[in-house]
Parts: sequence; structure tokens; C-alpha cells
Amino acid sequence: MNDADTRFLEESFKRYYFERASLVETPEMPGEREFGYQKFNSGMVRHISLKGEGELRVMLMQNSPSDVYCSNARYTFPGMPMKDKDWLGAHLIFDVDAKDLALPCRPSHTVHVCSCAAVCGGGAKCAKCGSERQARSLPCKECIGASKAEVVKLSTILVEDLGVGKDDIRVYFSGNEGFHVHVHDQRFEQLDSRARSDLVDYVMFKAAIPETFGVSRHKPKRAGLFDLGEPGWRGRLAKHAFGSKTGRQKMLTEVISGGHAKFQDMLAAAEPKIGARIDPQVTTDIHRIFRLPGSINSKSGLTKAPCKDLKRFDPYRESVFLGDGKVEVVANCPIQFSLGGRKFGPYGGQVESVPEHAAAYMVCKGLATMPP
Amino acid sequence: MLRLGQDELAKYPFLADAGEYLQEQGFTLEQFGADPDLRNLVDKALDRVRAAAKEGDYKPDLVDNEVPNDAALIREVFSFLLAIVLLKVSNAHSLVRRFSLSEAMRAEKFLERDLGNMSDESNKQLAVRIIGDLFAVKIEKIDEELVIPVPDYLRHAVHFHEREWKLVNRRVEGGSVYLTPHETVRLIRKELDGYIRSKITKARTPPMIRGLEDAISEVSRMAEKFATPVQFTGEYPPCIKHAIGVLEKGENLPHSGRFMLGTFLLSRGQSIPDIAPLFKNAPDYDEKTTLYQLNNLAGNTGSSTKYSCPSCDKLRTQDLCFATAACDGIINPLQFGRKR
Repeated sequence: MNDADTRFLEESFKRYYFERASLVETPEMPGEREFGYQKFNSGMVRHISLKGEGELRVMLMQNSPSDVYCSNARYTFPGMPMKDKDWLGAHLIFDVDAKDLALPCRPSHTVHVCSCAAVCGGGAKCAKCGSERQARSLPCKECIGASKAEVVKLSTILVEDLGVGKDDIRVYFSGNEGFHVHVHDQRFEQLDSRARSDLVDYVMFKAAIPETFGVSRHKPKRAGLFDLGEPGWRGRLAKHAFGSKTGRQKMLTEVISGGHAKFQDMLAAAEPKIGARIDPQVTTDIHRIFRLPGSINSKSGLTKAPCKDLKRFDPYRESVFLGDGKVEVVANCPIQFSLGGRKFGPYGGQVESVPEHAAAYMVCKGLATMPP
Repeated sequence: MLRLGQDELAKYPFLADAGEYLQEQGFTLEQFGADPDLRNLVDKALDRVRAAAKEGDYKPDLVDNEVPNDAALIREVFSFLLAIVLLKVSNAHSLVRRFSLSEAMRAEKFLERDLGNMSDESNKQLAVRIIGDLFAVKIEKIDEELVIPVPDYLRHAVHFHEREWKLVNRRVEGGSVYLTPHETVRLIRKELDGYIRSKITKARTPPMIRGLEDAISEVSRMAEKFATPVQFTGEYPPCIKHAIGVLEKGENLPHSGRFMLGTFLLSRGQSIPDIAPLFKNAPDYDEKTTLYQLNNLAGNTGSSTKYSCPSCDKLRTQDLCFATAACDGIINPLQFGRKR
């Protein structure tokens, strides 16, 4: 990113942290959290200990960060190197990202940009300068809808199976392509990485075996087979496989005649459909610093905003908090996008006057640059 | 601290404080070597060790899960304590592991029976308390079934590598896992084993006891059987072969795959200059970054933490496991090709 683009984003973000400070959530027990931030064109600064909201605001104002993070873990000494921090526990976090969902719409809204600022479709190398190009996606409604569906699956499992209270689940738009789910339930805080890994497999419906569903290696009996109305994965798989009561008999006969190996294939096929597709690394990492709710995501200029009503939540309206003032940019964005209730683009490299938030969105994506 | 009755002490002798118990009963260790009347207790202790070494059976003096008389109680507790003395004096490290597991499995049977015996509330309560106090697993009974909280289950189930123990293969509802008495007790086997082993490890090693030389030399002989050196075939496990294959093809190997490959090869004793060229074909290869990251894994930089190769379980979660039949019985890629 060139100096002018960096200056523009730094000023825009700084203004946000000054004028919209109330949107930034100070975590519970801030003195026991590790904070970190990144500046534009710079590396990560972490192992920061802050006493509370006041110090957090000062950090944001003083450093004009591109991204701000906070640990889901609590430590006795959060400012010390990792091995000396003394881990006290960590609430559960889940990351649902549209880019991991292999959606068919993705190629249609993905562009490739390179350091020479050329934008064109297809090919790993830039036709203009020959260097490697990076893929940038402008998520569409389908991406957001599919990500929401995963959050709904996850929340259902958390509530029905794991006994998490609905009020203890906090869902946030990540600020770019997905959602972050924070679970504030003390029962899970002490789980280590291995136990969280098992929990991840549970919510993703990974490693299920036919025996769990009554399909033994030798002559499975109809009486022990999974059925509609059962709790947990047996009931969920029945709903997925049978569809309705009428399809039940036919499917059970198929299951019995197909045997163990065929049923294992069926489980594998059902995994991405009924399991919640989350990023396993995020949940199992108990020392992670995670994007701070209310902070801006530098991949988009959008805010990691809470979703009070997930179904109706429109991230391209409800996460747009940068300014409305007109800004001129050289826009090279071949895909139309909506932001703050307005449509923008496509642009073919001309100077455009757009609201600050739309300018920031394109600059963050590498699809616009400040005029020379 | 648990307060135990006679039946409990006979069933779960590892809960007794060894020194205190001997003293309370008015015995010293030397007496067991010198007094022919106590020889049967030494033989019984040997039976316990033989059972652990799979060289015989141990038959407890319990009738219907209870001690029939005081003498039987003493035989049960003393034989356990004496077995520990024999293991300590004979320095039989390779047998301690087997002994603690064998005793854990014996206690499991009693715990299971107590948990399942609905007619005897006091026994069930004791089993619930032992499991709760020693291993922090809160057990409740709902409609004739035992349920434990999901976090308690997860904390213990991670010790198992069979898929049936994965949470996804359990009945889970409203934050609880439903288990049979057998499964509940099986869940804490490793901790029970660890608890008994720690009791043995912490026990003071007494000097050689005159009169017990033959028993001690028998325990030493049994221990020798299990001290077998381990050899490696040198072949890479399929997950590592796959990762190397991905890199050779110039495809992208995720960060978790690079971590696995780096930590595996470092643990196998390869040097960083030998490992680094493997990553040359990676689409984002940068020599400086690769060397920095390998040094970091090896603990040469940063916090000096030396990272270890992830378990097979973790690799399965990360979609990095490509297990074949040759992987049966291993829980970490580093164990692949290990032959006794």
C-alpha cells in the first residue's frame, strides 16, 4: 500500500476511534487480557497489558492501528512473554468465514490485484508486471447468507447439545467475510486445546462412526437405528437423511442393506451439510488474540459489529461507520458493490468521488488508490 | 479427604496412606521378611505383581463385593502396600506402569459395580464421591442413566484415541453426556492409573528387607521382560509423505501442515539446513522466513519454546491425516514405524 493510501486510511480509522469510541467493546476483566494491534504496512505488536477502557482508548488514539486484537484468554501477567503469562482460562470462540465455504458464487466476485495496482480477472500472475497477484473478494449476499446459516447451525448445537444459554452466545460480523461467535460460558473456560479440538469435531460433525447411529459392522438391527426426534446428532442426521417420516422406512432399509462401509460414506457426505463449518484453528488456539469487537477490519474498513438480529443483519449497512464525506479516489473495481444503502461501481480506473467509507472499502481491498 | 470404611479400603487400597496404615495396624516392614506367619501376605503381594506382568492371576479376598472379615481386609490392603514395596526395592520401573494399570482396572470393576448397583445407595454414593473428589467428574443420575457435564467429559476423553470416545460419538443433550457405569469408570482409567502410579512414585524406597530377597529378585526378573529397546524403521508416516508430496508438486501446504512437517523432521533429528530446502517449491517460499520459522520451531529463537509434533487426533481435525493400516495403534506421527 502506498503512503497516500496509508495516510488516508490512518486518518479515517483514527477519526472513527475518536468519534465512535463507544462502539469499541472493552472486554470483561480487561486487566487480565492480552491486547495487540497492527499498523498499516507493519507487523503485529502484541503482549500488551491494559488496565481498562481508558488505556484502550489511549492505545487506539496514539497508534492509529489498522487492526486491533484482544485475547479470549485471561492471564495473571498478560503483558509478559507467552510462557510467563500464566494462563487462567479462555472463553470459547468460533470463526465462520465465507472463504472456507467453497461457495459457487465466489469466482464471480473475486478479483486479483498486484503491487503494480493492476486489476484483472484470472491467472495467478499479473499480465502487466508479471508478479504474483493476490485474490480479493467482495462478498455477495449469498456469501453472507451462507455464513449466517453456519452460525445458525453452530448456535443450535451450542444451545441444544452443549447447554449454552442463548444470552451467553454473542455473534459479531467479522468486518470482512464472515462471523465471529463468542461463547461466554464459564463451564468451558478451563478446557485445553485438545479438549477444544474434540469440541470442534463435535460441532463440525467430524469423526462420527456408524456405530453411533446403530449401524454395526455385523447385521445392524432396525431397532437401534437413529430416528427422527432423537436429541443430538442422531436426530439431526435422521432429519437430514429421511427428510420426513415417509422417507424413513425406505432410508432405513437402504442403510441396513448398504452396511457399515456405505454408511461411513454417508456420514462423510453429511458432514459439511449438517456440521457447522468453522475454522478449527481459531477455536483450538487458546492463546490467540482475536479481533476486538467494535474495531475496524483493515481488509474492508468495516467494523466488527454485534448482530442483535442475525436474520435481518445487513453487514453492508450495519457495519459501515466510517465517514460519509466525499473523497476522490482512482477506482479500479470491476465489480459492483453495495455499501451504506448505495451501489458503487463498476469502475475502470477513473477518478471517482465517493463517500469516505466506500473509498476506504476499495482502498482496503486494493481496488482503489488516492489520486497522485 | 475421603473417609473410608473397611469394604472400601479393601476395594480401593490405593486410597490408604501406606505408612499410616502399617503403623495403625502395629506392623513394620522388617516383620514381613522375618515372620513366617506373614509370608502369605508377601505371596499375595507377589500375586498382584504377577497379575500385572501377566504371569498369573490375583484373586481378591472379597465375597460379594465385601470383605468377609478383618483378616481379609488386612490381606487386601497389605498385599497392595507390600507390592509397592517390592516394586520400589527391586527398582522395577518398567513394571510400575503395568502394575498401576492393572490395579486401576481392578478398581474399575468395583467402581463400575458400585455405580451400577442401584439397590445399594451408599456404595453408589462412595463411587460418585471417589470419581468426583479425585478426578473432578461430577456424576448425576437421570432416569437410570449416568450423566456428566460436557466439559468434564472432554477433559478426560482426550486421553482416548479410539473414535468411539470422541464427543461426536456420544449421546449429548443439554450440556450433559450420557454414559453407562462401565463407560463412566473407563473414562477415568488413565487418571486412576496416574493416581496409583503417583502414589508409587512418591512412596519412599525402603532399604533391602532381609527375608524378602527371593520375592524381590522375582520382581526384578519380571521387570526385565518389559525393558525392551525401541527401534525405528526410518520410514515416514503417510501424513508426512503427503505433506512432502504437496510441496514437491509446488502446491500450497497450509501453515498447520508446515508446522507438522517442521516439528516432525526436527524431532527425528534432522537439521534446519537439511529441512529448509523441502519448502523451496512452496508458492510463497522465502528462504529467510523459512529459516526463521524453523529456528522458531526448534526453540532457537523467541521464547525458546521447542514445539512438538501435533498428535494424530489434532492432525485429523486439521485434515492433515492420511492414515493407512500401518498407522494402527499410534497416537503421534513420531511413533510411526516404531518396532519393539
